[in-house]
Amino acid sequence: MPFSNRSLSIFDIAGSAMTAQSQRMNTTASNMANADSVAGPDGQPYRARQVVFEMSPGAGQGIGGVRVARVIEDPSPLRMVHDPKNPHANAEGYVAMPNVNVVEEMVNMISASRSYQANVEVLNTAKTLMLKTLTVGQ
Amino acid sequence: MIDKLDSALRFHQEALSLRARRQEVLSSNVANADTPNFKARDFDFGSKLTEAVERGRQSMSMSMSTTSSRHLSGEAHAASESDLMYRTPNQTSLDGNTVEMDVERVNFADNAMRYEANLTILGSKIKSLLSAVQ
Repeated sequence: MPFSNRSLSIFDIAGSAMTAQSQRMNTTASNMANADSVAGPDGQPYRARQVVFEMSPGAGQGIGGVRVARVIEDPSPLRMVHDPKNPHANAEGYVAMPNVNVVEEMVNMISASRSYQANVEVLNTAKTLMLKTLTVGQ
Repeated sequence: MIDKLDSALRFHQEALSLRARRQEVLSSNVANADTPNFKARDFDFGSKLTEAVERGRQSMSMSMSTTSSRHLSGEAHAASESDLMYRTPNQTSLDGNTVEMDVERVNFADNAMRYEANLTILGSKIKSLLSAVQ
């Protein structure tokens, strides 16, 4: 049985999940930081971004790690706030604010950090087992 | 002589390989806990081990004989991908994902413990074989 390339596979799988979850946390951080950004580099209000996860089949099909397939922009309408003093206000005195839902983002962040922790645990267990395997027969 | 040693340790080798394989499948489930439409996979350890041990009893090597260097080497694998089954979720989720983190983590911890127990037994077996040799 080809054991050598398999023993590294758990590390690949858990590692890919940690990368994906940390990208999700990055996206959440960007959304939260820009929850009040009225204008981005293109002059338009910031739009919330979300990552889309996808399974990446590894060497053995059927199981595999996870990767970020793409980052999508939230298509929901912008939040209109009445603020005539704001230089970005339109003729009616409304300012288009980002469509970031801060509560949703907080939940997203907690979920991502829990998933990250679970994968760290998997990685640690796999490492302990591999180290024990190396000392078998001694 | 060597084949006696091999058959003495074969069972543990098969069991450890299957445990490592299951560990991998479970880690894939944990990794894909947030992937939409991912279906949790697993396999029945007991039946797979019986299968592997019985196959080893029938013939020690299941590889095809080759008469040319361009022939493919047909080797039997202990657990192929088609043997993976789908888990039936207790609670369904809206995104079509059937991973239940508690179930996966319990299975993962259980599998890790059994892997370690297997290693301990294998270690003591090797020790007793060594003391018989000396």
